[in-house]
Amino acid sequence: METVVHLSNAVAVMGQFPVLAGADLTVSRGEIVLLQGPNGAGKTSLLRLCAGLLPLARGHAIVLGCDLATNREAVRKRVGILGHANGLYADLTVTENVRFWGATVGASFAEADAAMDRMGVGQRLAKVPVGKLSAGQKRRTALACLVARRAELWLLDEPHAGLDAVGRDELDTTLREATAAGATIIVASHELERAGALATRLVEVVGGQVREQLSTETSPMTAPKIEGEPGDVVGE
Amino acid sequence: MFRVARLIAAKDLRIELRSRVVTNQVLPFAAIVMVMFAFALDTDEVIERVAPGLVWLATLFSLLILVQRSFAIETADGATDAMRAAGVDLAGIFLGKSMALAAQLAVLELVLLTTAVVLYGAELRAGGVVLLVTTFVAATCGLALVGTLYGGLAAGVRGRETLLPLLLLPVVAPVLIGATRATEAALGTRGAVVSDGWPWLGLLAVFAALFGVGGTLAFGPLIEE
Repeated sequence: METVVHLSNAVAVMGQFPVLAGADLTVSRGEIVLLQGPNGAGKTSLLRLCAGLLPLARGHAIVLGCDLATNREAVRKRVGILGHANGLYADLTVTENVRFWGATVGASFAEADAAMDRMGVGQRLAKVPVGKLSAGQKRRTALACLVARRAELWLLDEPHAGLDAVGRDELDTTLREATAAGATIIVASHELERAGALATRLVEVVGGQVREQLSTETSPMTAPKIEGEPGDVVGE
Repeated sequence: MFRVARLIAAKDLRIELRSRVVTNQVLPFAAIVMVMFAFALDTDEVIERVAPGLVWLATLFSLLILVQRSFAIETADGATDAMRAAGVDLAGIFLGKSMALAAQLAVLELVLLTTAVVLYGAELRAGGVVLLVTTFVAATCGLALVGTLYGGLAAGVRGRETLLPLLLLPVVAPVLIGATRATEAALGTRGAVVSDGWPWLGLLAVFAALFGVGGTLAFGPLIEE
């Protein structure tokens, strides 16, 4: 299977502080990899390194065929990173937001509209200003932007944070659909039962290093996969 | 770069049309500033003499609000970071935001000039129209470019609301001086003739060109840092 991320002894530094201290990680296309570990372990830094936002100080890092040591900007157009913020404009409608982000990579309106439908924010939500959406609907809109941007690798930092039970179910469904369509996803989360049920592989990050990699079959997490349909309720 | 610039400018202007911050907040603020100046100076002769300066001073105060607003919409939900992460051309963002800001400033200046004519008795002369229009275009471009550059610089910094005026006002002093003198020449204030205004227009053009080129080159590295 095609390798999407290959980190070998990757070291990244913020200021004087090493946030990644020789991380090794290989991720193949179509995987959903869960990064787990305590606060400050380096999960977010690992995501930011893969997104080309954090410079590689030492080691090797190849993401989607781009060498991050020599040209980390090149990978940015092909990667979508979603942290606690959604990167949306509250005064614009769902359609305007998704079309805007799609247009940054030259995507057509039709592609953007298809992305909205795939993420369940087309139809009735299409003309609703993002400021009036629920947290879950905003999250789905942000994911639709990633789809419209044709992101091949999704890097999600605590994607379930701030969502209610329905929103979490919707998000899980969305992520499974995305991988089925060819995306690769790396998720950093403290919510192990929820994200563990979603992941195909668990990776423990401690002290800026990848300590242990388990498949979900061998992991202690036994939470069942949760299926759900995108809701259509507007408002918090 | 220019495709991104058009995209960003259209997005910013659409947000402004939707939120109406310029029409509901900035324009009334600028008008109040003009009226307060009229109350403070009180004498017709003095007001007429200082009218061009007051127009540009009110423009600068309003510029601060417009720049803060322009970057507040980007930072409210992490859109600046998202654009950087998405590999969107940062020079294009700079030019696009400058274009949107210039459009908003142009509307504002038109209202302020009209207010000066109505409130302060400033007179428009046919011979000064070309100088007046080119002065407003050059000064607007300069203010929009430098405002976007410093707005981007201050956007990610704690205390940006107070930092921006401290950074921006000293830098735009040449625009205030040049635009005021050129406008005085165009309006014939204090016996000035039109030919007095052209050197000041040159200053405004050089200022706009410097910050246009410098801002396009510097905005990306500043945002990346």
